[in-house]
Amino acid sequence: MVSRIPVTLVVNGIETQLEVTPWTTLLDALRDHLHLTGTKKGCDHGQCGACTVLIDGRRVNSCLTLTVMKDGAEVTTIEGLATDGALHPLQQAFIDHDAFQCGYCTPGQICSAAGLLAEGKARTEDEIRELMSGNICRCGAYPNIVAAIHQAMGAMGSAS
Amino acid sequence: MAPTIGTPTSRVDGHAKVTGEARYAAEFDAPGLAYGSIVGSTIAKGRIARIDASEALRVQGVIDVLTHLNRPHMAEGGGADEDPYRDDVAPEGSPFRPLYDDRIVFSGQPVALVLAETWEAARYAASQVRVDYDEEPHVTDLHRRRDDAVALRERTKVRGDADTAFAAAEVRHAGEYFIAMEHHNPMELFASTVIWDGDGKLTVYDKTQGVQNVQCYLCGVFEMKPEDVRVVSPFVGGAFGSGLRPQYSVALAVMAARALQRSVRLVLTRRQMYTLGYRPGTIERVALGAKADGTLEAVTHEAIGMTSQFEDFARNDTTWSGTLYRSATAKYDHKLARLDVSTPCDMRAPGAATGVYALECAMDELAVALKLDPLELRYRNYSDRDQNEDMPFTSKKLRECYRQGAEAFGWSKRDPQPRAMRDGSELVGWGMATGVWEALQMKTAVRILLTANGHAEVACATSDIGTGTYTIMAQVAADMLGLPLDSISVKLGDSTLPHSPVEGGSWTAASVSNAIASTAKAIRTELLQLAQKMPQSPLAGATPDDVALVDGRIVSKQDAARAVPIADAMRHAAVDRIEQETSADFDEDDGYARNTHSAIFAEVKVDEQLGVIRVTRVVSAVAAGRILNTKTAKSQIMGSVVGGIGMALHEETLIDHDLGRIMNADIAEYHVPVNADVHEIEVIFVDEPDDIVNPLGIKGVGEIGIVGVAAAIANAIYHATGKRVRDLPITLDKLQG
Ligand code: FES
Ligand code: FES
Repeated sequence: MVSRIPVTLVVNGIETQLEVTPWTTLLDALRDHLHLTGTKKGCDHGQCGACTVLIDGRRVNSCLTLTVMKDGAEVTTIEGLATDGALHPLQQAFIDHDAFQCGYCTPGQICSAAGLLAEGKARTEDEIRELMSGNICRCGAYPNIVAAIHQAMGAMGSAS
Repeated sequence: MAPTIGTPTSRVDGHAKVTGEARYAAEFDAPGLAYGSIVGSTIAKGRIARIDASEALRVQGVIDVLTHLNRPHMAEGGGADEDPYRDDVAPEGSPFRPLYDDRIVFSGQPVALVLAETWEAARYAASQVRVDYDEEPHVTDLHRRRDDAVALRERTKVRGDADTAFAAAEVRHAGEYFIAMEHHNPMELFASTVIWDGDGKLTVYDKTQGVQNVQCYLCGVFEMKPEDVRVVSPFVGGAFGSGLRPQYSVALAVMAARALQRSVRLVLTRRQMYTLGYRPGTIERVALGAKADGTLEAVTHEAIGMTSQFEDFARNDTTWSGTLYRSATAKYDHKLARLDVSTPCDMRAPGAATGVYALECAMDELAVALKLDPLELRYRNYSDRDQNEDMPFTSKKLRECYRQGAEAFGWSKRDPQPRAMRDGSELVGWGMATGVWEALQMKTAVRILLTANGHAEVACATSDIGTGTYTIMAQVAADMLGLPLDSISVKLGDSTLPHSPVEGGSWTAASVSNAIASTAKAIRTELLQLAQKMPQSPLAGATPDDVALVDGRIVSKQDAARAVPIADAMRHAAVDRIEQETSADFDEDDGYARNTHSAIFAEVKVDEQLGVIRVTRVVSAVAAGRILNTKTAKSQIMGSVVGGIGMALHEETLIDHDLGRIMNADIAEYHVPVNADVHEIEVIFVDEPDDIVNPLGIKGVGEIGIVGVAAAIANAIYHATGKRVRDLPITLDKLQG
């Protein structure tokens, strides 16, 4: 009998109790246990970035993260970015710049961009390109993704 | 209300996609869902000698393990005329039948399906299934089979005597080019969630480009009635052609649901997605002969593509020169090498992406031999007729593409000498190429439901794989019905909706839009009849063509003062909803060739010491008839250019020919462009009015954007370095070697 391990996560501001097997990834916990399917699975191997979420404010590949290791952590997913129905500036910028086509990489791109802005490392478009290269977009929306992040940087006052 | 057609309208499904609300095939839920995990064969050819699932069955949570020995009944198939496994887009042959028997025909072929209460249990138990094989010798190397390749049954027309003309030409170029096998790698994993609705009825959420194609296939394979299988696919996380044919995964998911009589979800791993279709590796030989002034006199284009042992997949690689350039003689030949691999399938601009790559590199090499500017060579051979069919075009604004593209790029400042342009330690190269695709259209039906409160629902069983179908459908309906965009809701991706072919070949925008226009006309006709029943109707005597729907009113085109509000007309007749469904069918035997065209200009920078290549600038000028939405269409072209960069520099599926198995079946080892690989991309839509191609003048932009991109980049690399690499992808070892 495999024992399940109780874990408490604060997901999008809500304290959530889970019982998971030790090998359940945070990605599968979000998608299959909590039905938060906004976080996407593109490879399950840390190669594509579709599963990017924010853990305690840092961007992380949730497919490479075991749920049991994150007891007590604050997890923000795409479902938690909008506040009171108002889109996060990045979400609005992605719509304005058509920074996606199929939309499958988009939650990961947006969460990753939110992490990027918090890091404060990217100043130029070249730096955005470099620091967003862990998030693959097979639809090839990259130029629009860079433009959207640049717009949101300005809107959030972190551009220079 | 200003029309929305032709404007940069934001996607109507954008909000759902940026908030995570858009649900894809693996994201639908049902009580008691079981999870599947596939065991793939470790050999490329032979037979299954023995399968031992006893260990797997002991894993806690495992429900069952299906193999060819214990699977439920499925149709026989096997290449008969009415083979139920053949779908709408199946090539000639006998389609693969999953878990059908003990034969192994490609590496990774599913041999068992583990079903469990959780995904983790299914995945672990799959690793515990033991399979023994009787292995047979396999061949997976295209180059080894090139001399045994078989000619396609359909032979293309020959024009004049190309061999003699080539031999006599003043200037000649002949070269062999190679395009590596590529996988689509959409970001979403192939997935099917099959909901057991009871009584054998199923709702299948599937990742597909054609819900009705999948429905029809499932009915054939499992001998089910169409009313018992509903296939739904509201959002598709990319496909690029990989979702045109039903995958073995959807058949297995349905098989499992029928076996367990409960709902099942089956998601492929990224590795397993490499056992699906792919762009076939292709050898292309192009020979061009010209007069000293550049006039083409002979074109020979031969292609050898890979296919499986059980289906002959091929698309037109060779005849594009006849659409683009004038040449007195032409000869085309296409052969297939049958290998022990899965069947290739359509991948963005199938045939053209590969064939035009070879043609356009060969044109560049001919220009070098002629000491002529490559753009000038294209101008000198410009053709106003499709020479293969000897027909005029409905429209061909390629000359404008060349002119506007060259100007935006600054082509006139190009130093023709290779290695002449530099930027610090990098060599700079400028290259160009032409692109071409067909303007296809297919019979499609659309239903519109208009309610008296001024809202309309537009429905069609087509799909939106990221191309923007939701948005353009809403735009066309809004404009044709005279309603604001947010009064339109769009339904698609559901097999119960009006008929649509698969979404592919760039035909969706033209087909669906014209069907919306014809259905809107039927609505307008009915509204006019209602309006004319009103006392002293200002529209008395008007015909449907005399009126338009504008701002919620039925308005006379001659006299805008003569108008009736739609709501009044409906209220007066005590009608609260009007529903119409019509099909758009297209007569293509009208003596015209239908094509889209493009000119691509690329700048590369190559580190002289390291050979690292960067594509720093691309200008793509496209002539594709009426552009419905300049924002989403631009994204399609941009995405295609990114795909072209991948094709030129990164993408290559590598097979270990000893094992017959793909070596780089993931997205770390199979390289696709990432953000840092992509720099400036400028997209220009050249004005191309066309009232012949179809009533709305739409040609579609799904494929045209990738055609020619790899050639423009390869030509730029030659210009930068003086080294001609003809094998794609152009990796730095080939450049340095
Ligand atoms: S799913 Fe986690 S990186 Fe791809
Ligand atoms: S929008 Fe399709 S993968 Fe990025």
